[in-house]
Amino acid sequence: MKSISTKQLVGVAVFLFAIFVAVPVAIFVTGRFDFFFTLTSVALLSIASAGVWLTFHIGRINIGQGAFALIGAYVSAILVTKAGINFWLTLPLAGIFAAGVAVLIGLPILRLRGVYFAMITLVLTEVVRLTALALPITNGAKGIVSIPLPMELSAFGLTIIPDFSTLANTKLAFYYVACALMVVCFGAMYRLVHSRLGHLCRSMQQNEELASSIGVNITYIRIIIFAISSFLGGVGGAMFGAIAQSVYPSSFQVADSVNFMLNCFLGGLGYVFGPMLGTLVLYFGWDLLFELGKYQMLVYSSIMILLMRFLPNGLLSLTFPKRRNAKSAAVPFKSAQEERSR
Amino acid sequence: MKDLSMEQILANGVYLGSQYAMIALGLTLIFALMNVLNFAHGQMYVIGGFITYTFYGQLGVPFVLALLMSCITLAILGALIERYLFNPVIKRSARDESTMLLAAGIAFLLDALILLIFGEKQHGVPKIINGVFNYEFRLIIPYDRILVCLMAILSIAIFICFMQFSKTGRALRALAQDRVAAQLMGVNVDRYSMIGFALGAMLAGLVGGLLVTITGINLGMGGPTSVKAFMMVMIGGAGVISGAIAGGFILGMLEAVGLAVLSQYGDITYLLIFVSLMIFLAIRPHGLMGKPWG
Repeated sequence: MKSISTKQLVGVAVFLFAIFVAVPVAIFVTGRFDFFFTLTSVALLSIASAGVWLTFHIGRINIGQGAFALIGAYVSAILVTKAGINFWLTLPLAGIFAAGVAVLIGLPILRLRGVYFAMITLVLTEVVRLTALALPITNGAKGIVSIPLPMELSAFGLTIIPDFSTLANTKLAFYYVACALMVVCFGAMYRLVHSRLGHLCRSMQQNEELASSIGVNITYIRIIIFAISSFLGGVGGAMFGAIAQSVYPSSFQVADSVNFMLNCFLGGLGYVFGPMLGTLVLYFGWDLLFELGKYQMLVYSSIMILLMRFLPNGLLSLTFPKRRNAKSAAVPFKSAQEERSR
Repeated sequence: MKDLSMEQILANGVYLGSQYAMIALGLTLIFALMNVLNFAHGQMYVIGGFITYTFYGQLGVPFVLALLMSCITLAILGALIERYLFNPVIKRSARDESTMLLAAGIAFLLDALILLIFGEKQHGVPKIINGVFNYEFRLIIPYDRILVCLMAILSIAIFICFMQFSKTGRALRALAQDRVAAQLMGVNVDRYSMIGFALGAMLAGLVGGLLVTITGINLGMGGPTSVKAFMMVMIGGAGVISGAIAGGFILGMLEAVGLAVLSQYGDITYLLIFVSLMIFLAIRPHGLMGKPWG
């Protein structure tokens, strides 16, 4: 296990300060309250994108995250409206249900590779959308509307999360919840990627046959990874449904699945925090370009093409050489410091 | 809704299948040559439709000439996209899949351009020939559908002959089989990749131009067409020409039968097609004729 350097700790602290203190303050000062919703969406979408990134890590192109996000959103919405369960309980349940579906579907389709897997997951998104349209419990095209706001979550008489309907500023509350979820998710991702499982994943990404020949149980690992990925998709989708207070079959469709994948590409497939940056740039960029009116799409897609043309390995590849130098410079400094403290 | 006769369903299937096969051919050609999943294929099809609409419907140019204009424009567009976008990105990116973002970006860009130039309304053109073929009220097909179907089958035949017997076709097939080996044998890889991409785009434009006379054309057709084309390619096996044709006809048949038989149960035809496709691929991961590559 790699030890965490002071530089990384400082980076994390700055990041946490930025999202939990600096951004809300900046929004209150400038009065752009609509950014709360945008940034909340970014946080949730980046969780789902992180799932897609994980499947990239085992060398699969996943264009089916929209399906699992939709499943998660529906599970949570149905449990809250029909069974009256507390939303905060349905959040993990939605993720677990999505993961269960992923295991069932993954057993056959994870045998596929390359574009075949990509295309079948794309089809999966359509399947889930059409199923949601056809099933009675999902209420067809009308969807499930007016889902109540999340209730209070308490343990041993101690309120952990207050009842959202009593809060004055639900937007801010949702923003904090989404950011907290995102931080937990990416923390877990970072840990996972640098664990033994993460290294096994990387071996599969390079060559599955070789990995399997030296004793890696590739079937087991790819199912586990696909389940984790779908869990993240389900949680992200469920939270999204709670914020919008409604779920429709069109809440997550093929375009969303493709976007989740694009977020990963844009951020860079080699970097754990790639999906976060990619989501921020793509979603926020799209929002900022709104002022351009009918030229929004034109400018947005041109920027996307240019980015890919000149940075084909993702946005984070820009900082890559610099960071490597910094790290190699920092290591001797740190070990010297450690020796001194001993 | 009245029951359709068996002949009618089969004829609809062949008609749909011939269109689909052409769309899938272009997609599979591009995939075989460059390992690029062309998300923008549906948009290229829409552009082809709009160009034929402009020349034939607006300016009154003869239909065949308008169709030719669609082909030429799309071929040039495809060549430019390959030369200045895909080629450099493929050479520089660490992983092959990075081209997907580029392809999706191009799809968005073409969508935006279509919206700005042609607007989002549905456009149609006057019929190329009037009249309806009627066989004892069991088989009813408008003449223009028959014509379009025949033209599509003819183009597929020409395309296959081109790939089999011309020098360019041989080079393209060599490139699809093994890029490095083809290069070692003296095939100009860059040049033929460009030609192949242009050819694939041209096929998309040709279908668009043909179909505009029957279904009309609108902006929203691009995305669903791409998804359908992906399915056909998967059924037949990615990168195989015969597979794409088979996949196109199979999907066309399934759709025709499904719409006729299942219409009283609502919109579940596509759900069933999707689910059976997933089961099929679980049993045969490389489609009907695909090669077992990654």
